[in-house]
Amino acid sequence: MSLGQRVADDHQLARLLQIGVVLEEVVEARAAQHYRSLSDEEQAAMDDALADLLEHAAEESAEHRERLEALIDELDAESVPFEEVEQLVAAKYGQTKPEDFDDILYDQLHGEETAYKFYDDLIAAIEDSDAEFGVDRDRLLETLRAIRAEEEDGVQDVADLMEEGA
Amino acid sequence: MNTADQYLKAIYLVQLAEDGPAATGTLADALDVSPASVNEMIGKLEERELVEHEKYKGATLTEAGIERAREVLQTYCIIERFLCNVLEVEDFRGEAKALEAVIDDTVAERLDTIIDRRPECPDCFDAEDDACAFLQEPGTAD
Repeated sequence: MSLGQRVADDHQLARLLQIGVVLEEVVEARAAQHYRSLSDEEQAAMDDALADLLEHAAEESAEHRERLEALIDELDAESVPFEEVEQLVAAKYGQTKPEDFDDILYDQLHGEETAYKFYDDLIAAIEDSDAEFGVDRDRLLETLRAIRAEEEDGVQDVADLMEEGA
Repeated sequence: MNTADQYLKAIYLVQLAEDGPAATGTLADALDVSPASVNEMIGKLEERELVEHEKYKGATLTEAGIERAREVLQTYCIIERFLCNVLEVEDFRGEAKALEAVIDDTVAERLDTIIDRRPECPDCFDAEDDACAFLQEPGTAD
């Protein structure tokens, strides 16, 4: 999303929130896939910090998804079922699977950074828009800013872990 | 995808269709903007060495311009496929046009992990149909 772009109406806002839901679902589903794809030995060898990070990422994404879904519901639109995205992620996981623990961390970092950038641009596009939305503008922005802040923390957490392992 | 990117994509597709430079009028029609706006943007793209412009003939992408235009077209294909196959949006072309300006490459890259895109993308893009030639629309499956 480019700065200076504006969200025109409820329909476009709902569509962008749906994309936010899908981005969260991809992070959640890939975090679970990463863990499942490891052998018993690899799971045993995995650093506790990395296991915690994957678990936390999945939990946080699920929570963000629920907050976005509440907004989408208010706009009389439908969300994208997690099971559907989970199946799509699983279907293509083989082609995009990380090779090792470092790759898993990089994939998580990419997911968190993408989500952060998406919310940052979405907030700017809403702030630049004069449109009246079917949801309270202040609450909408408050929710998105809170999620953005958590994504920023998430980026930092992964970066810290990468640095520790370096 | 910013405005400059949308111009690069339009020039690329017009060049392919015409098998030659993209004329200002054709670009203005394709982008639904005035010829003056096209000329202004062509000037900016020339400064960035993404386009070469020849008076009375039109705009031709440089190698760097072609490279960027193909990336932009790929992003557009990802958005169309995502809207059509994941969200099952009937007017996926119209919505892709509205969203292409507000979807970042990094977001498209992430959406790309859940869609099926051909290895030859964006060569399979059918400009006349404004969609990938292999895109299967909901309800048209065998």
